[in-house]
Amino acid sequence: MLKKPVYMDNHATTRVDSRVLDAMLPYFTEKYGNAASRNHSFGWEAEEAVDRARNQIAALIGAKSKEIIFTSGATESDNLAIKGVVEFYKDKGNHVISCVTEHKAVLDSCRALERAGKATVTYLPVDKYGTVDPDAVRRAITDKTVLITIMWANNEIGTIHPIAEIGKIAKEKGIIFHCDAVQAIGKVPVDFEKAGVDLASITAHKIYGPKGIGAIYVRSKGPRVRLTPQMDGGGHERGMRSGTLNVPGIVGLGAACEIAGMEMPEEAQRLIQLRSQLQAGLFERLDEIYVNGHPTERLPGNLNVSFAYVEGESLLMGINDIAVSSGSACTSATLEPSYVIRALGIDDELAHSSIRFGLGRFNTLEEVDYVTDRVSKEVKRLREMSPLYEMAKEGIDLKSVNWKS
Amino acid sequence: MAYSEKVIEHYNNPRNVGSFAKDEPNVGTGVVGAPECGDVMKLQLKIGDDGVIEDARFKTFGCGSAIASSSYVTELVKGKHIDEAITIKNTVIVKELNLPPVKIHCSVLAEDAIKAAIADWRKRRGDNFASGEQPLRAKEA
Repeated sequence: MLKKPVYMDNHATTRVDSRVLDAMLPYFTEKYGNAASRNHSFGWEAEEAVDRARNQIAALIGAKSKEIIFTSGATESDNLAIKGVVEFYKDKGNHVISCVTEHKAVLDSCRALERAGKATVTYLPVDKYGTVDPDAVRRAITDKTVLITIMWANNEIGTIHPIAEIGKIAKEKGIIFHCDAVQAIGKVPVDFEKAGVDLASITAHKIYGPKGIGAIYVRSKGPRVRLTPQMDGGGHERGMRSGTLNVPGIVGLGAACEIAGMEMPEEAQRLIQLRSQLQAGLFERLDEIYVNGHPTERLPGNLNVSFAYVEGESLLMGINDIAVSSGSACTSATLEPSYVIRALGIDDELAHSSIRFGLGRFNTLEEVDYVTDRVSKEVKRLREMSPLYEMAKEGIDLKSVNWKS
Repeated sequence: MAYSEKVIEHYNNPRNVGSFAKDEPNVGTGVVGAPECGDVMKLQLKIGDDGVIEDARFKTFGCGSAIASSSYVTELVKGKHIDEAITIKNTVIVKELNLPPVKIHCSVLAEDAIKAAIADWRKRRGDNFASGEQPLRAKEA
């Protein structure tokens, strides 16, 4: 029996895996020590748990355990990486290279630095698949460049950037390379050491762990990366991030990383199959639908589709027992659709028509079939109601119409 | 964001969806909005020689509130004289459908659609003057 509502928004967040929760629970009630307490068994027990988690995380991402610094999540990690590097290396330069489709936590950290007069930022464009060109990164480098920040995989369209190529360029030029790897770790193989990534943001809640806990990978050798801390306090985490460690959360992040690493080969295959089934089913039933993002270089669980002539928010309303998300922003004051979809150069109308399906560990084939059926029917119903669909069927080129808005 | 019950009701059971034959002389068509803004409404009014709106049809590309606003408008204008229909304010729609502030533009669009449809009908009537029909332009002036 299919349980509703169906959750298919796993890029937004994920359900905590019961194995992760089981690992965490003792650290709330029995093993509640402060990992910084050095003189009793409660503290030692907590510290051991934190060390174990560091090892579990490091093993998933090609890092050494001491290179893991715990934070409250990816937004904090992004802020710490970008602001921390620019402030620490201010005598070396003040130029940052980023990309237009980055997460808001990255873009807004960059903008904050620009506003404060601490940095100038180049935001590189992407191609029609949402991929940044490594040569464009190379060309954007100046003698003032101190940081490159490019995400591993995009949260809306799932496109995976050529990170190792960018890492190679960064190494060649001696520039620090930060990577928001939130959507990638645990989903696709990630090795920061090999990819030449110097700093990376990760978070637990995208990989079936708890919310409110994340980490930043900080390379310790070749080069040893330094950061100006963004919070003052007890000097925890090698002075980079003060604050009592969230031991249950850290245990959860560690367990989530270990499970994701163990299951990744089979799970990625399973998700690719589910996604192919969803995509094929929608294409079978509907004409004029378009996949946004890269056809192959994309996250296994991601499918972003534009359903021409149907506005995304109204589609979501029609499929209200399915949790997905839309690139439409009919509720925002600007009425502008997703900046990520727009960056692909597709028409705004198609951007308004985009839906992101985020498949995850707990989705089933039965759910995929249900979603395919439900979405197709609703798209058909809304197209019957759509003046644009009618005009298109009459052979009117919508671009030639002089819209009075 | 939660939708009001009335918006959901209109969205699930939209009234008067469809189109009249394009070239019917007694039909006025108003198309407002733009695809890149995420909202396009097409409202068609069938208007008698006496200026009374006999029937209405709509098609809308837009969010649930835009669909509900146009659906409600088709009900609202039916039976009304165009002189009255043209004075319908978006606030009536906002109130009926309990639209939140971010959705007020949907009601404005619906108001514009009424005006555009009536203007189109008047224009067509004017064009038909030569064929012996009562010119309504004189009345406007």
